Amino acid sequence: MGMTITEKLLAARAEVESVQPGQLLIVKIDVVLGTDATAPLAIQVFRRMGARKLFNPDQVVLVHDHYVPARDVAAAEAARAVRVFAQEQGIRNHYELNRGGVCHLLLPEEGLVVPGDVVIGADSHTCTYGAFGAFAAGVGSTDMAAAWALGETWLRVPESIKIEFVGKLQPWVGGKDMALRLIGDVGLEGARYKAVEFCGTAVEQLPISHRVTLCNMAVEAGAKNGVVAADESALAWIRPRAKRNLRLYRSDPDASYAAVRTYDVSSLAPQVACPPAPNNVKPVDAIEKIRVDQVVVGSCTNGMIDDLRVAATFLKGNKVSTAVRTIVVPGTQAVYRQAVEEGLVATFLDAGAIVTSPGCGPCIGGHMGVLADGEVAVATIARNFQGRMGHPGSKVYLASPAVAAASALTGVITDPRVVKH
Amino acid sequence: MGKVVLKLGDDISTDIIYPGRYMATVLPTETPQYAFADYADFNAKVKQKEFPAQSVILAGKNFGCGSSREQAASCLKGPDFVIVARDFARIFLQNSINLGLRTVICPGIDASEGDELEVTADTVINKTSGRAFATVALPKARQAIVDAGGLIPYTRKRLGEKHGSAA
Repeated sequence: MGMTITEKLLAARAEVESVQPGQLLIVKIDVVLGTDATAPLAIQVFRRMGARKLFNPDQVVLVHDHYVPARDVAAAEAARAVRVFAQEQGIRNHYELNRGGVCHLLLPEEGLVVPGDVVIGADSHTCTYGAFGAFAAGVGSTDMAAAWALGETWLRVPESIKIEFVGKLQPWVGGKDMALRLIGDVGLEGARYKAVEFCGTAVEQLPISHRVTLCNMAVEAGAKNGVVAADESALAWIRPRAKRNLRLYRSDPDASYAAVRTYDVSSLAPQVACPPAPNNVKPVDAIEKIRVDQVVVGSCTNGMIDDLRVAATFLKGNKVSTAVRTIVVPGTQAVYRQAVEEGLVATFLDAGAIVTSPGCGPCIGGHMGVLADGEVAVATIARNFQGRMGHPGSKVYLASPAVAAASALTGVITDPRVVKH
Repeated sequence: MGKVVLKLGDDISTDIIYPGRYMATVLPTETPQYAFADYADFNAKVKQKEFPAQSVILAGKNFGCGSSREQAASCLKGPDFVIVARDFARIFLQNSINLGLRTVICPGIDASEGDELEVTADTVINKTSGRAFATVALPKARQAIVDAGGLIPYTRKRLGEKHGSAA
């Protein structure tokens, strides 16, 4: 019987011929990712495990993205612990804020994650790397510490769900809307413990940035990993950046799936996830006038140059509503530089938005745009649980950069298809 | 045996269990002060150490969805809660097992706040209502970690095996 791409990825790194869902494997890990939010605890746990040296410092990546520039003394102390550990262990892939950005956008950009990899990361959105043909799953700090020590991990082969998108997308509809529609339909645990494989002609037409959004949000349906097989268009993005050999896999035609869902995206409208969870999804034109206090464009979900270009298309020559604090967060330093060179940053500034340094910023309610009681944000981030962006009485609506930018202009949640730009 | 001290619905996220603004606090000895920080009454009682060990937090489906933050498990491990839920989100369950937080998967559980629950090897008995509910065994790969007392001792042992001596 055939195997899915996820099964092939795991079989290869477990060094076995074939695997089946439910099987337990010890899998060799290609990349272990930690951040300033999760590495500090892992460092302490690593020592308590009696470990002294990493299995291989070149396969460990540490990224300062959650609280940079240091938000407060506690964050500064935590960041220093990471810095000291990186030095002591000889970790070259230690990304401070000057060459960094949001980890899940940074690692592919740096060529550190390539197709065929098995990636374990102490961040739930580690599943993002599936957009590059890798198996990638989020874990906690203690699991990461064990991976640092052993270079391998126990994995249960997940059942796969095939999500096929066909048809032609309307203007201003894309990966974010597809992801939200799916989560709205299957729910927050519709893919719990499962691999979500995205395919179909509409996915083949998507640029890498939209595939990133799809795989990134798989975890919001409870998935272990999301994945898109790397095709020529993905490889055109990946090859110039890749620092290691690529291993390409695709699902066999007779692979078996726990479920298959097919969507014709031709009639898909821009989607919005209303509070208090990413599965509370409605088409934007079904949402009553909701007044907006803050708009955030960025994050690991929608922080690539394409995302900023979309927002800039709406803001160019326009002014954001005076009632809306509009915050643009480039995903990485390279995205930031490109946004400057393309004139996007000038567009944002002219429109009355601010552009912050790359990082997770407001997404986790950490800093750089925390909400007060009763305030409403439209954000391109991945989740909107109660208290996500600040006060538990604040509300976050999840949407694409097009919806976010259109809403910044009008001050209410707005359908980008009806805005003059 | 423990009393249900908090009853919750489905899809309780880690943003509720341990809000993101406290994520720079990582030590398991310090995280319990922020457990359910936005549920002021409950949080105050956790801080006052009002709940006896093995008190039960009862939840619906998908408890612990969202972020991978381990604080969401460690803040409940400190006060020695038992979490009984219809089911759990993947990363939260894994973190709980790694840290030795007692988690019980009980799809049919029916209980109210104040009920006394007894957790046996394969059932949860509601002593107040007299009803018993079957539990689901942990995934096999995880049971080995539970048996070892958590992922820290488990890894310590694995490292010893790898290097041919106790690490």
